[in-house]
Formats: sequence, C-alpha cells, structure tokens
Amino acid sequence: MYAFDFERPTTIADAVKALAAADAQALGGGQTLIPTLKQRLAQPSKLVSLTHIAEMRGVCRADDGSVAIGGATPHAVVAKEAASLYPALAKLAGQIGDPAVRSRGTIGGSLANNDPSACYPAAVLASGATIVTNSRRIAADDFFRGMFATALNPGEIIVEVRFPVPEKAAYAKFPQPASRFALTGVFVAKFASGVRVAVTGASEGGVFRWKEAEQALSSNFSAEAVRGLSVSPAGMIGDLHGTPEYRAHLVRVMTARAVQAAA
Amino acid sequence: MPKVSMKVNGKAVSGEVEGRTLLAQFLREGLRLTGTHIGCDTSQCGACVVHMNGVPVKSCAVFALDAEGAEIRTIEGMANADGSLSVIQQAFQDHHALQCGFCTPGMVMSAAALLAENPRPTEAEVRKYLEGNICRCTGCHNIVKAVLAASGQDVAAIAAE
Amino acid sequence: MPKDHGIGASSKRREDVRFLTGRGRYTDDINLTGQAYAAFVRSQVAHGRLRGVDTSAAAAMPGVLHVFTGKDFESVGGLPCGWQVTDRHGKPMLEPRHPVLAHGKVRHVGDPIALVVAETAEQARDAAEAVVAEIEELPAVIDMKAAVRGGPLVHDELGSNLCYDWGFVEENREAVDQAIRNAHHVTTLELVNQRLVPNAMEPRVAVGDYNPATDETTLYTTSQNPHVIRLLMGAFVLGIPEHKLRVVAPDVGGGFGSKIFHYAEEAAVTFAARALKRPVKWTASRSESFVTDAQGRDHVTKIELALDKDGHFLAIRTETYANMGAYLSTFAPSVPTWLHGTLMAGNYKTPLIYVNVKAVFTNTVPVDAYRGAGRPEATFQLERVIDKAAREMGIDPVEIRRRNFIDSFPYQTPVAVQYDTGNYHATMDKLLEIADVAGFEKRLQESKARGMLRGLGINCYIEACGIAPSNLVGQLGARAGLYESATVRVNATGGIVVMTGSHSHGQGHETSFAQVISEMIGVPESQVEIIHGDTANTPMGMGTYGSRSIAVGGSAMVRAANKIIAKAKKIAAHLLEASDADIELKDGKFTVAGTDKSVDWGSVCLAAYVPHNYPLADLEPGLEETAFYDPSNFTFPAGAYACEVEVDPETGKVTVDRFAAADDFGNIINPMIVDGQVHGGLAQGIGQALLETTAYDENGQLLTGSYMDYAMPRADDLPFYRVDHSCKTPCTHNPLGVKGCGEAGAIGSPPAVVNAVIDALHRGGMTHVTHIDMPLSPSRVWAAMQR
Repeated sequence: MYAFDFERPTTIADAVKALAAADAQALGGGQTLIPTLKQRLAQPSKLVSLTHIAEMRGVCRADDGSVAIGGATPHAVVAKEAASLYPALAKLAGQIGDPAVRSRGTIGGSLANNDPSACYPAAVLASGATIVTNSRRIAADDFFRGMFATALNPGEIIVEVRFPVPEKAAYAKFPQPASRFALTGVFVAKFASGVRVAVTGASEGGVFRWKEAEQALSSNFSAEAVRGLSVSPAGMIGDLHGTPEYRAHLVRVMTARAVQAAA
Repeated sequence: MPKVSMKVNGKAVSGEVEGRTLLAQFLREGLRLTGTHIGCDTSQCGACVVHMNGVPVKSCAVFALDAEGAEIRTIEGMANADGSLSVIQQAFQDHHALQCGFCTPGMVMSAAALLAENPRPTEAEVRKYLEGNICRCTGCHNIVKAVLAASGQDVAAIAAE
Repeated sequence: MPKDHGIGASSKRREDVRFLTGRGRYTDDINLTGQAYAAFVRSQVAHGRLRGVDTSAAAAMPGVLHVFTGKDFESVGGLPCGWQVTDRHGKPMLEPRHPVLAHGKVRHVGDPIALVVAETAEQARDAAEAVVAEIEELPAVIDMKAAVRGGPLVHDELGSNLCYDWGFVEENREAVDQAIRNAHHVTTLELVNQRLVPNAMEPRVAVGDYNPATDETTLYTTSQNPHVIRLLMGAFVLGIPEHKLRVVAPDVGGGFGSKIFHYAEEAAVTFAARALKRPVKWTASRSESFVTDAQGRDHVTKIELALDKDGHFLAIRTETYANMGAYLSTFAPSVPTWLHGTLMAGNYKTPLIYVNVKAVFTNTVPVDAYRGAGRPEATFQLERVIDKAAREMGIDPVEIRRRNFIDSFPYQTPVAVQYDTGNYHATMDKLLEIADVAGFEKRLQESKARGMLRGLGINCYIEACGIAPSNLVGQLGARAGLYESATVRVNATGGIVVMTGSHSHGQGHETSFAQVISEMIGVPESQVEIIHGDTANTPMGMGTYGSRSIAVGGSAMVRAANKIIAKAKKIAAHLLEASDADIELKDGKFTVAGTDKSVDWGSVCLAAYVPHNYPLADLEPGLEETAFYDPSNFTFPAGAYACEVEVDPETGKVTVDRFAAADDFGNIINPMIVDGQVHGGLAQGIGQALLETTAYDENGQLLTGSYMDYAMPRADDLPFYRVDHSCKTPCTHNPLGVKGCGEAGAIGSPPAVVNAVIDALHRGGMTHVTHIDMPLSPSRVWAAMQR
C-alpha cells in the first residue's frame, strides 16, 4: 500500500468535510478497497473511515413503510436485523462474502463500488430502492451507471438506502467458484404495481433490469413464465468462469429459481 | 505517527502505527502476537481471523486505526484461564483437525464465532460458515468433525466412516 | 482393542498444542535484531529483453539500504537443476542458465529483476516501485505445441524450446506400434492435466543472516528439505562451505512439493545479508506466491489403449507435452519422465508400453513436483482411458479392471519398476463395500426424483513412493542421493532425542516417529523427542516429499535405534553378568532370557554416561548412534477409489456427494494421521477435478493470480470421506513394512470424479460426452451437455 493519512470522523458532516481534500477517499468496511490498496491499484492521499459514524448504522422501518438501512451498516447486521422486515434482502446480505467479510463490509461501500458481480445492486435495483446521500436522493434506476460506475459525485457519501418492501421477493445466486461473488445473481421483487427483476454478475454493463421477464412475470408470477424466454449473450461477461452464453443461460435459470423461492 | 489503543485478549495496549498499518500487522509486528497469520492479500484465506468486539473479522482487511477502542481476541487468548486448551481447541486436537497449523488460528476463531452464534450447527451450517477459511492440508473432514464435536454433538458415526 | 501407544496407535499429535495456541514458530514469526526487509522488483511482462535497470531513484528513497540487480549476481552461480534427463536419442536435455536475478532477458511474469533492501517492509516496497527496468517486450510463447513448432525462443542460447524428447521404453516403440495396429479394439483419449498452483497456506519466507565475527551464514526458510537447500545454495550458487552455512526450516505451513525447490529469493536474501552484514527478511505476498512458487502438472496427453476382444490390455502408447515453464526448477525434468512413465502400467498386466514425453520451455512460471508429481498425471490418463474403453466395449468398469489386475508378486512391469507386493482385488472388494456401491441404484432414483443426475466413478491407482534407491536414480540422471538419515541420542536419564533428516510441515513426524521409538524400546512416547529442520543439529538428510518420510526417514531411524539397542544390550549384559546374546529388551526392561534377572532402560542409560561399572575396554561410553538408509526399491502404495456425484442438469454444477478410498499402505504407524493425509490428498484431487486451474492469456499474464479467480476447495465444496486402510500388504524391503500415504489421495481421486461425472451424463442420456477436461466447472460441464 502507498502511504496515506487516516481520518475517523464520527458525524456525516465531518466526513464530508474530510472528503473535500484532494484525492481523499471514503472507506466503508474496506473488504474490497483494502485488497485494492494492497495491490497498489489506488493511491488516495487520505482515507476517511465511515464506520465510526453512529447515525449511518442500523436497520429500521421508516415512516413511509420502507426499510431504511444506514450506509455504514455491515452485511451481518442487515442479515440479522432485516430478517423480519425484508427477509429476501436479509437473506441476500447473509450470502455476501463469508462471515468475517460480512462483519465489516457495508451496504454503502458495496453500492458505491458497484462491482458488476456484487449482490446488493441486484436487490437495490429490483426493489426500486432510493439511495440517500449526504446531499440528495437518487432512485435506483438512476444510480447504477455500468461497471464500477455510479451517479455519486466525488466526496458524496451514501448515508442510507431505503427499500420499498415487495409482496414477494427472493434472490437466487449462482456463485463464481473462486471468489464466491455472483457469477449470475437474480433478485425478483413482486409489488402490487408489477414485478421487477434485476440481474447482477452477468452483464458487462453491470447490474441491469430484465424487462422481458418483468413483463412476463407481471402477468404470470411463476417459474414457467420465464422458462420460455431467452436472453441474448451479447454484452454478457465472458471469462474463465463462464462464457457469455453460459451467463445468458444462467440469467434465465436463476430468475426461474428466484421466482420459485419467492412464490 | 498516529497512535492507536485497543484491548487485546483483555489487556489494554497501544502503539504507533501508520495509516496503512493493518490490524494483522499491528498484532504480529507491534505486539508480537504471531499466532495470527497472513495467508493471502485478497481477504479470502481466513488465516488472520480474529474477533473484534465479539464478531469475526479478517484482521488483514481492517486498518489498525479502525480498531481504535475495540476489544480484540486472538488465538493467543483462546485457551482456558489455567492454560489448558478450550473446548474447541481440544476438539481440534482430539479429531486431528490440523496438520501444518498455519490456517488453524483462523479456523479456531471462526469456529468459535460460529458456535457463539449457533451453538448446535448442522454439518451443512458448519461447512457454509467456514467458507472464508481455506485449509490446504486436512480436506476439511476433521475440521468439520471437530466443530461438531465441540458443539457437543456425537461424531462417532462420522469416525466410523 | 486399538492400541493406545506405539506403532498402530492413533496417538494425539504433540505438535498441535503449539499450533492451537498461537505458539508455532513459522519463518515469518522470526525477527532478528537489526533486521532489514527485502522487496523484489519483478517483471510485469512474460518475455522481454532487459536493456537496463535504473536504481538511482529507489536508492535515494527513505530507509533504503541497497538495491541489488542482476549485475551484482554475475559473480555467483545460477540456480541449479538437480536432475538431468537424457532424451530418446541419447542426448542430454537442454539446460538453460537460471540467474538469481534476471539479466539479459526476463522470461515470465514475476521473474525477479532487482532486490530492494530497506529498514521497513513498506519502505522496501515503496522503493521497489521506483526502480525503473527498461524492457523491450518480446512476443511470449505460452502454448506448448506452438513453442516447439518454432515459436519465440525462451532461451536464445539453447536454439530450441524443446528441453527433451524422451522415449520410454525406447526399445518397445515398434512393438507397441504393431500391437496397436493389430489390436481388436483401440481406445484413444486426448486430455489436459491442467496446471495447478500448490498453494500451501503459508506463503514462502526467507530470512538471511550473517555474522561477520564468525563468518557464519544462516538462512531461515520455508523449506521441506533444509539440507538440500544448504547443499544447492552453498555449493552451487553462493559458494559458502557447508560448515559455515546453516539452514533452518522451522514450523512450515504446508509444502505439497512447492517448498522442495531452491528459489531465487533464498539465495538473494542470503547474498544481501552477507553484503550488508545485516539480517534481511523477505515475506511473499500471496500474489507473489502465484507468480513465483513452482507450479504443478500441466501435461497435454494423447493416450491409446489397445485391447483384445475380451477387454484384456495389450499395449499402451502415450504422447505427452509437459510444460517446464521458463526455467528448469530443481527437480522439474524428473516429474514427467521417471515419476510418470514408470507408473504407466498402473495396477494392470499390460505387456507393452511406450511413453513419449516432450518437455517444453514457455514464458510461464516454472513447473515442478506438486503432490503426486507425475503419478497423478499417469493415473489420470490411464484410469480415464480404461473407463472410456469399458464404455466402448460394453464391459463393466470394475470388471475390466479386475480382468487385467496384476495378481502375483513381485511383478516386473514393462516400464522398469518392479512391484514388490500388493493385492488389488482386496482393495477393490473393500472399496465396493465402504462405498456402498450396492446402494447406488437407490440413491440414483432419489437424485432423479429431485431432478438431478447422479453418477458413479471408480478407479484404481498405484504410486511409487519412498524415493529412492540412490544408485538407481543416479543412473536415471539424479544429481543427488535419495537416502535418509537419523541420529538417536539417548540421554543419561533415559530420555531419547531423534534428529531426523526428514522434515515435517504438517505430517506429524514429531508424534509418529516417537511412536516407532516407543514401540522399539518400550518407553513412553513422552520420553522421545523428535528434532528436525535445522542443519546445525540434524544429520545430512534429503527431506520430505514423495511420501518418503516414514519409509526412508523412518527406516533410517529404525536402523539407528537398532544400533542403540544392540549397544544397550551389551551394557545390560555387563550389568547382569550375562552374555549379550541372552539379553532381551521388552517394555523398557533388559532381561536375561529364561531368568528373572533384569535391569531397566534408565539404569543402562545411566551406566552409559556414568561408566563406573562398564566394559570400557570393549565399549565406548555414551549412547548415541547415527544411521543412513538407502532404500533398495520404491514402495508401491495402491488402492481403489469411488466417487459419487450429483450434476445439476440446468447449471452443470457438480457436487461430490460421496467419496470412498480403500488404500493399501502396508503397515500403519498412526491411523489417525494416515486418515488425515488421505483426506487432504482427496481434497486436492477433488479441487483439481472440479475447481482449480491456472490460466495464462496469450501474452503470458496470469489470469488466476489470486483466490478471486483460483478456486480453492473449501469445506462446503467437500463431503465427508470414507477411508479405509485395512488391506495391508506390508512393504517387503523396509524394516517397518510401510509404504507411504501422503500423495495417494491426490493421485487417485481426479479420475474418480471425472469418471463419475461422465457416468452421470451418460445415465442422463448425454452419451455424446466422452470426456471433459478438468476442472469440471459448471460452465464447462454445461457446455459439454449442450448439443
């Protein structure tokens, strides 16, 4: 790692101030950032740790009925505390990384990084969640901007994520055998207004909504409804762990399994 | 250099570190608690697992400065007060759950975290929980067996296989 | 009643207490006064001409003590290769120079270019970034067949990328060709035995130290064989006489072969410590391990098996391309040849065998022995082609094997080795029982009901262990002897210390070796201490690999202990005023046969060191003996393995549901430890079959350079195993009748897994799938299923 300064603010306001410095970088749980720093692939002048900000931690039911999760809440806490509020989301959180990673990794950190194989983006996009930052609210549909890219401005912090709770929902993840990230993961959420399907791990463009499946499932919420659909391999990730064709195939299979689990 | 203070195995400690100093380095080099091992640089092998405020963390993926004020428990703090092996440690020896010993501290710390959370896990739960700990020697058979035994479950049937 | 101590007892491991309490002492735990830290500058390209290395900026950085480059090492030797293979035309292999730090060219990603030594590890790494290596990138050669067809030369001075073209047994070549031409049936299989990264969990570490006052040099290193490192580094690289060079391999966190070899980093830190007169420490990051630890396997093979109409094997012909990587690692040339070709008979009476191996240089990390080393490659191709032949000929896979089993011993194979003993029908019978093959049909129906495919794969294996007779391996090109040594030192009050040349890095020698001494002398195991890993206090030994520790090291210890017993009997005879021929030793007591006159072990030991009443005219005082043991043959562990898998027809994901292993290891010292060795080997074999691969892109960049892409088997990838080693045909030529058990699991399991998957697909109607190359990842299995 290159040398850097380290700050540990305890309020959002102080964190924002600290991040105003040139080349300052926010540090969530660090489960992705620290390995990146070890490889000397990033050279921040200063890391601003967000894990000591009490107002950014925790899970609760908001006044509007949505589930609000503080940006610095570790996956393990979501897995536990969201279990009754939004079981499918809690279950997803409980499948990220491994237990020790879940103790540290945070929802805000995961979303800000927007790894194309991360699990949380699928839940956020399928739920139609709102990303609350220190300065504004961003709809999920506007937040994800392709691999490792988001709508966040430099120095902007995810302080909270608000999830509308669907009638039925489930996440089906097919893990990449080495990293255990999603080779393909599909989150299906059924609302009164319709069904949303978000896919992670598969596309070169990062998390995306599978509109065709949403349409089919909105009229018939069953695994059969997606079995007949096909997904084009164009634009799918091809690597050692799976060809674009394989990932396209898995999108369909995992969607069907998520629907089955949700129903 | 910034200073950091924490409690390690019940003892207050402090030391000067750099921003980039990892908790694992602070334990190994600063405190000479070399039982915590570093086996990878992508926070996957789990040889460095310690408990931080009661939950398992990979100490090679936590900055020492982020552990300010924390309660840390390492493998050196796992034995009983009289120095005898704890139930989990003893189960590891009884069931030959270690060979070269390098992954062992992390395995024991993860196993302890599991049993604190889930005192009577199933075989599948044990295997799933240990996905963040890699062992190259044992084929995991005896580790899983030892964790089940430490939870008070009968593993004689497994032994017979 | 199982024994509670001595040979055959599952004694708990004494080494565990220190490992379980964080009190192990691994090389990285060693910190010497005044220690400086090393960081290597490594090539980022696979192939290039090194035009210059500018160290000036790095040298000026904070804390930097010195920056070494290839120029500094021009005065010392290159890293030696310990085995010279002769090709099928009688010519010696092409042997490139292997400099400690690159000069002239870089030949793989990770090739070391410079060494920065600084006050702290971070300072060394910071400064390493400031070293500017001017490299003219050259086209890399990665594919073996392209390399021998005239691709870019890895070593310009050799004029070829073909290290050797080996034929074995060359005299059989035409007879084999003819048998295959005339056979009733020939089954052909082309396959890849993919490259693996050994991945011992402890990354390599080396600490060099030099004492100018005594001119003594010490290297602390993560090694399986400290004496071998002392010999190679002292005599061939740095020119330090052995009496001034000490090599210590303390607790070592696994090796699996990768810590046998003498590595550049060991020589470099030792050189730096001597130059700077300060201890210098290097600790590999895992990323560095991926591009510097010798890798394993990497064979591309075509095998043909000729059979008569009844399924009897008539001949085998193979052609293998074996990747050496960019340089010859210490024992690399022996792996695809003498450790592979000699095992091609397997457990079967095949009269004619011809093995051709082309070893090839490529711009990749060097390849050398990894758990099994050559024998897994032999077993895999043989057991896969037999399975394919059985399917083609409509013969049950167990039946075709039984029909061809070798069933009388000793058996001279057509590939040089002679099996001393074995009973392959017995291990097969035992396997079918412990695997509950009878219950397979029921489990198959249960799987079907859940929409899953199920398959059963069965195979045999044999391996040659206990390497090796020195005179034989000398003829085969080894530049070392392969004996082992032990010193048994008895103290005045009866405590026993054994200093062995074997090395334990997980195998539990401190426990099992003590069990042997306890059994022989009749003292409690706690009265015996085992010392290993330090050239300063152990006799010259060749270390631990090739499942040789108990068979060779244990035999040396038995010899030394027998000398101790013989001398102790003379002392006892003197004390008892009897003839030493009449003295019997039992349970730690010397008795005059047929009388009740006796003297205990402690009194005899005391007499040896306080020789007041002692036959000083005839016998030296003291009780300490050293022995060397050179085996007269290899040992031949063998067995039968069964794997049951479920395959998800939608995703191609394979789950190992059951695995059974019936092994014949001869006599067993500690059954618990033997079980553990088999378990670990099985996991590595299952890992190879389903998960692990080492992939380079066409430019020689490693695509699987971390655990994010290199899939290591974890607890939830693996089942509980059913293992059995009750079928025992003791080795006929070593004193303990032991064969070795360390590699069996890794050798026997990959074909069982692949056979099971192919079986599952066939039962599922996908009969077009005759082979899938490892690892059988979900995407590969799914792709194979499509058509």
